[in-house]
Amino acid sequence: MSVDLSKVASTNGSTPAEAKGGPKAAGAIANWADERLGLGTAMKKNLRKVFPDHWSFMLGEIALWSFVVLLLTGVFLTLWFDPSMTEVQYNGSYDPLRGVHMSSAMASTLDISFDVRGGLLMRQMHHWAAMIFIASMMIHMLRVYLTGAFRKPRELNWVIGCLLLLLGTIEGFTGYSLPDDLLSGTGVRAADGFMKASPVVGTYMSFFLFGGEFPGDSIIPRFYAMHILLIPGILLALVAAHMLLLVYHKHTQWAGPGRTEENVVGYPMLPVYAAKAGGFFFIVFGVITLLGGLFSLNPVWKFGPYDPSKVTAGSQPDWYMGWPDGLLRIIPAWETHIFGITLSWNVMLPILVMPPLMLMVLIALPFLEAWITGDKREHHLLQRPRNAPTRTAIMVALMTFYGLSWAAGGNDIIAIKMHLSINQITYFMRGAVFIGPVIAFIITKRWCISLQRHDEGKLLHGYESGVLVRSPEGGYAEKHLPLPVEEAYRLSARDNDPTPETVEEIESSGLAGRHLKLRKLRAKLAAVFFADNVQKPTAEELHDAQHHAEHELHELEAQIAAGPNKHGPADH
Amino acid sequence: MSDAHNTDPHGGELAISEPIADPGLPAHTWRPTDVDPAKEKRAERQVAGFFGLSAICTVLFLVSYFTLDIDDDWHVFAGFGASTMALGATLGLSLMFIGIGIIHWSRKLMADNEISELRHPANSPEEDRTATLEALNLGIEESGIGRRPLIRNSLLGAMGLVGLPAVVLLRDLGPLPGDKLEHTIWGQGVKGKPMRVVRDGIWTPILASDLEIGDLVNCQPDALHNPERYDIDPTEVEGIAAQVHKSKASLVLLRMNPEDIKPGKDKDGNSRENWTVDGIVAYSKICTHVGCPISLNERTTHHLLCPCHQSTFDLADSGKVVFGPAGRPLPQLPLGVDDQGYLVATRDFDEPVGPSYWERDYYER
Repeated sequence: MSVDLSKVASTNGSTPAEAKGGPKAAGAIANWADERLGLGTAMKKNLRKVFPDHWSFMLGEIALWSFVVLLLTGVFLTLWFDPSMTEVQYNGSYDPLRGVHMSSAMASTLDISFDVRGGLLMRQMHHWAAMIFIASMMIHMLRVYLTGAFRKPRELNWVIGCLLLLLGTIEGFTGYSLPDDLLSGTGVRAADGFMKASPVVGTYMSFFLFGGEFPGDSIIPRFYAMHILLIPGILLALVAAHMLLLVYHKHTQWAGPGRTEENVVGYPMLPVYAAKAGGFFFIVFGVITLLGGLFSLNPVWKFGPYDPSKVTAGSQPDWYMGWPDGLLRIIPAWETHIFGITLSWNVMLPILVMPPLMLMVLIALPFLEAWITGDKREHHLLQRPRNAPTRTAIMVALMTFYGLSWAAGGNDIIAIKMHLSINQITYFMRGAVFIGPVIAFIITKRWCISLQRHDEGKLLHGYESGVLVRSPEGGYAEKHLPLPVEEAYRLSARDNDPTPETVEEIESSGLAGRHLKLRKLRAKLAAVFFADNVQKPTAEELHDAQHHAEHELHELEAQIAAGPNKHGPADH
Repeated sequence: MSDAHNTDPHGGELAISEPIADPGLPAHTWRPTDVDPAKEKRAERQVAGFFGLSAICTVLFLVSYFTLDIDDDWHVFAGFGASTMALGATLGLSLMFIGIGIIHWSRKLMADNEISELRHPANSPEEDRTATLEALNLGIEESGIGRRPLIRNSLLGAMGLVGLPAVVLLRDLGPLPGDKLEHTIWGQGVKGKPMRVVRDGIWTPILASDLEIGDLVNCQPDALHNPERYDIDPTEVEGIAAQVHKSKASLVLLRMNPEDIKPGKDKDGNSRENWTVDGIVAYSKICTHVGCPISLNERTTHHLLCPCHQSTFDLADSGKVVFGPAGRPLPQLPLGVDDQGYLVATRDFDEPVGPSYWERDYYER
């Protein structure tokens, strides 16, 4: 497109922008503030700070903005919610429950839903925002892991992110337990069982937390204090630390023309990034509001108040608590009874061991990978998942384990909807949680390597043009054309994997004992980690391949010119 | 030959590690709104239009708030749930239009030149690090903490101890468990008035003849409704106290063919054959896994299934676990009849009910 640059607008209006009220007033305010706060120096850099653009960088923003929505809607709910387990008779607007005895917590939840205008909207927004908060944190974490954004110098931000996920989950559990309805009460009942299963101190923990025997009258007020003060306070502090580190490290970016490890390319904070991020806040807020208004969530009035003698079929926790619940369902009935004491492996393993173990594995992943690869450099360019096949395969294996455990948490629903035997589903899941991740690991790793080979093929032989040529002898060949240089650079701008140390190298290094063993283990793991990866072509290989490709192209073109098939690439 | 290798086909010099030289940032391309005043004006109108739509939605929100009722009466204006729906839809759209407007503005009208900024390594410059380390060492040196182990160690000891109050202060969160988990209100029957088994919710006593084979009844101890009959203070079975009792005492009755029942052994090794009345068995309703009330009855197999984690218990065989994660059988309540023929508990459960815990003993049925 040829453009007459003389017509290029230098402002956003048809007349040049003049310093009217706006900039002058802003300058005056900035001066006033700087003379008191001295922020000018810090702002000088940061007002035009560069943020790279990519759709996947938006996932963390969803988490951030849904957290803001949680704070706003949560404050609204505290104005009416009464965190008390005192028994009252419900006399509000909801007819089917009028006259029923329930806790003040449940009654005030019903009041918020039926007697405060917009109350149900806020309740449902709060719950939807919580779901979106945790879901977007998880997907954001997958993005960060699968693109290698967790590597040095960002490991600590990864750890903070893992803690945010943990706290978000606890915050969700304490939150949905507050209404004291039948479903959430059943969840608290199970939590009491989890605590009692803890070795030695279990019953004491339970009696202390519940202020006596389950259910007692203390659990809702105590969860309330945790839910609106303690955990949000820590969450807020960690979110702030997460953001500060992001600003300090500057955002990672994808490799591409002009985008290197040394620079960051994108839009300035003011105005474009601020406008996009700020506008996106309103979109997240708006979507959550629409969900809250149009889609019912946690209709506690249908569940009724908590009663320890009642339960409904299909009782399940919120989805993010589903995977330990699934493990709890498929674990065999393992309990040890010895010397008059009981060890409940059937509760300890799925609930007290697995979730903390999963968290520790997540936290350890960056450090483990850095140790195996021996990589001590800073990384600011993202890696495509295919270019780190083992890393990608590890996460897909973990995702498979998570997904299968989560599905096991719905084994009763699966049995009913799909007309299957719940026993057979359970037996299948017992095996699948072990075998599934292994299969997923192997498939993912090979798939990544195959994609790497595809990239190599495109670099060396060009892309498939879709033009088939028949030779005079009757053979068919497809014409390959060289990639545009930008695309070729994008594919080739990545690190080659280091060559792992050999056993001889390690043995000649003069190490002994434990250090030698550790070094050998590390070399072995590195060999497995990088095994079969495709390295990018060297300049020489590329040159030879291009030379060869040009030769083939000439031949094909000669055939086209000679033969009856006269379609050139321009016709396509 | 070597010359050819150092130059890529597009004429750039090759970086040492990269097979293809960085072509550099692509040239900026102008958008239609940059070069065409008409398109620019249109975009400006669109942005303002979105903000206008948002304002309209906000007004509609206010109108909905003051006109729609949230009462659950179907006859009020616009009916049940309309208020929540209208408020959510109008507020949601009003917020979204603001967001869409701002983003449209940034994409169409704000300068779209990508700019580049240099990164800096995360660590501080070497001289700063050295200076900081020196300052740190000087500070430690001047404090003398290294030279005065008595002060250091006594401080560490005192600080370690001062953590104790934080733990001790939590002691009054709740009472000690004692033997509370080992007893239920079923054992509080008095002489001549053993604890009746009554229907949950309607509190009526049960005759053995009321139940057909295969019938399952959810039951509670009569004392929760009739405390005076058992010399129990009514405040002990009200509100929270009632919930605590129910969480241990909830019971299921199931009548089956007496020949199907395989009586197990009780705690002392005696047979449980006289724990049933005419094929009616009574078991704790609280799952021995994590404490959900069990309620799914498989009528033909006398199996009882917990809806939470699918532990399945065989009520004809001492409540043994036939499937699922629960680690021990359901506790059985010994049944009898009182002088009026109503079903009663002859005594309390002979083991704790509900989820397992560390101090719990176990015996083979």
